[in-house]
Amino acid sequence: MASELTPPFPLPPVGQPATVESMLLQHEVEQLLYQEARILDDWNLDAWLTLYTTDARYVVPTTDLPDANPDTDLVFIDDDYQRMTGRVGRLKSRHAHREYPWSRTRRLISNVMVTEVDGDEIGATASVAVWRFRAGESAPYVGRYDVRMRRVDGQLKLCYKRAMLDQEALSDHGALSIIF
Amino acid sequence: MDINKLVYDRPDLGKFKVHRSSLVSQDIHDLELRRIFDRCWLYLGHESEIPNAGDYARRVVAERPLFFARDRGGELRVFHNTCPHRGALICRTDRGNARVFQCFYHAWSFNTSGELVGMPDIDGYGPDFDRAEIALRSPRYDSYRGFIFVCFDDETVPLPEYLAGAAEYLDLICDQSVDGMQVIPGSNRYSIKANWKLLGENSMDGYHAIPTHRTYFDYMSGQGAEMLGNRKGFGRALGNGHGVMENDAIYGRPIAMWHPCFGEEARPEIQRIKDDLIDRFGRTKALRMSEKSRNLLIFPNLIINDVMAVTIRVYQPAGPASMDVTAWEMAPAGESGNLLRRRLDSFLAFLGPGGFATPDDIEALESCQQGFRSGGVEWSDLSRGLTRSPRGNDELQMRSFWRRWQSLVADLPYVEQYEHGLTPGEIPEVAPSPEEASYAGD
Ligand code: FES
Ligand SMILES: [Fe+2]
Repeated sequence: MASELTPPFPLPPVGQPATVESMLLQHEVEQLLYQEARILDDWNLDAWLTLYTTDARYVVPTTDLPDANPDTDLVFIDDDYQRMTGRVGRLKSRHAHREYPWSRTRRLISNVMVTEVDGDEIGATASVAVWRFRAGESAPYVGRYDVRMRRVDGQLKLCYKRAMLDQEALSDHGALSIIF
Repeated sequence: MDINKLVYDRPDLGKFKVHRSSLVSQDIHDLELRRIFDRCWLYLGHESEIPNAGDYARRVVAERPLFFARDRGGELRVFHNTCPHRGALICRTDRGNARVFQCFYHAWSFNTSGELVGMPDIDGYGPDFDRAEIALRSPRYDSYRGFIFVCFDDETVPLPEYLAGAAEYLDLICDQSVDGMQVIPGSNRYSIKANWKLLGENSMDGYHAIPTHRTYFDYMSGQGAEMLGNRKGFGRALGNGHGVMENDAIYGRPIAMWHPCFGEEARPEIQRIKDDLIDRFGRTKALRMSEKSRNLLIFPNLIINDVMAVTIRVYQPAGPASMDVTAWEMAPAGESGNLLRRRLDSFLAFLGPGGFATPDDIEALESCQQGFRSGGVEWSDLSRGLTRSPRGNDELQMRSFWRRWQSLVADLPYVEQYEHGLTPGEIPEVAPSPEEASYAGD
């Protein structure tokens, strides 16, 4: 598993002059997050796995403890790559009853900021709203992503994603049955 | 529909049915609040949530805002969350630590024992004002081995008597650690658009496990674990409407049954825990504690499942067709490192809104509630196992809930009924049955 990371990621200094390199990186990071959003909205789940390194970790804390440490606290999701693969397999099955048939979703990603470049690893943060529609229900999951990325054979991949919900409780959806 | 006849209970005919109006009617829901939730002992929280003087946490129990705190002397206190002055909520954050609780409205303040210790301009109340008369009010409360319950009726029997045979099952959890069990930080808060009673049924329903949770079993089998086989189990009534389903575990248990998903390196550590239980309790009880899973319902709305992890799940009715659920995970106090990580991982594989099974339970319950609207079918069937000795995937434990429910909601005299003459304290001898694909998590 990727190393334990405690949120929140520090924000970059205010008012930094942009460089061409920083703009290129910003663009690349945004494109990766937009790709992930579209791939998940399309339920292209196998492709989703290819966006991640094989030592990746995907964490969703509970609504009452967004700063949770998944090694010691209860969270909603704490997947390594193997569990992510299991999650994809489950969601592709017609026996994942909460998502059979699949819900319609639309992920809106904004406020993307590269927070740090630390050797190989790039940290970023973004705001996200995922609208989910199913069986007459429509409601968003709203929150923030903190992600880390690394280049593998030249391709930028996610190696850590922590998706924090702003909701106080899962009152509308009941479960977190999609990938958030 | 006659309120006395919502449960059709005819063991002589092998039939047990529940009228569906009990799951959809607003009138029955209102009666439940008065006759069940205003009379029974209700779970509030766990003492480990407030370890230090001044610690507090707030809850809503059957629509009532309450909070509990540890006072300066280390005593547990439970308060109605309303200012004796003009009503404002006293406790307005989910948890924290305080020396005084100050009402923000007119700034009356109370110490952690609930006494009024300050107010602006006390002279305005005249010479006879007695500040000792004004204090935060408490409902009846008591704690059993750290599990805190409240009761809004002075006539109800004391908590230990109320718990009846369920106390033994709480002991089986608390005794897992010499240092006691504690609630881990982080809670699952979610709502289900279904009648609250359906979650009680579902949480101790072995019959649904294989069809509903197939993706979980497929995933675990992919981890090299044979999940099914000849497993022994039984359901029992525990008195006062409490019930349990106890089965040979078919997954790993942090305390204490090794499973391939824990990894080879965990084997010696888990064996050590089991050996320690054998030293403390003897072989029979130790193996029961470590190798059997227990799905316990404490009437009316508390589930404590000691399965692939230990979870506390309490659900508050929110109208006849909705409930608010809060769930926690328990661990031995001071557990850390790999032991704790394995426990958390074991929980998350199955349980919680992001697990591989709980979302499908939620779907099942909401699906039932939607189905009720169709009409055409008046009664739901809960007769499984009525004519045989109660297996783990039968429905005896649900019938014991409904019998108690019927007597309370209709204000009828209550007589304990133990099917097959099984009373709390007896462990039924159950032969393994090849067709019995026994139970999983909830
Ligand atoms: S309502 Fe609390 S001080 Fe007035
Ligand atoms: Fe279930």
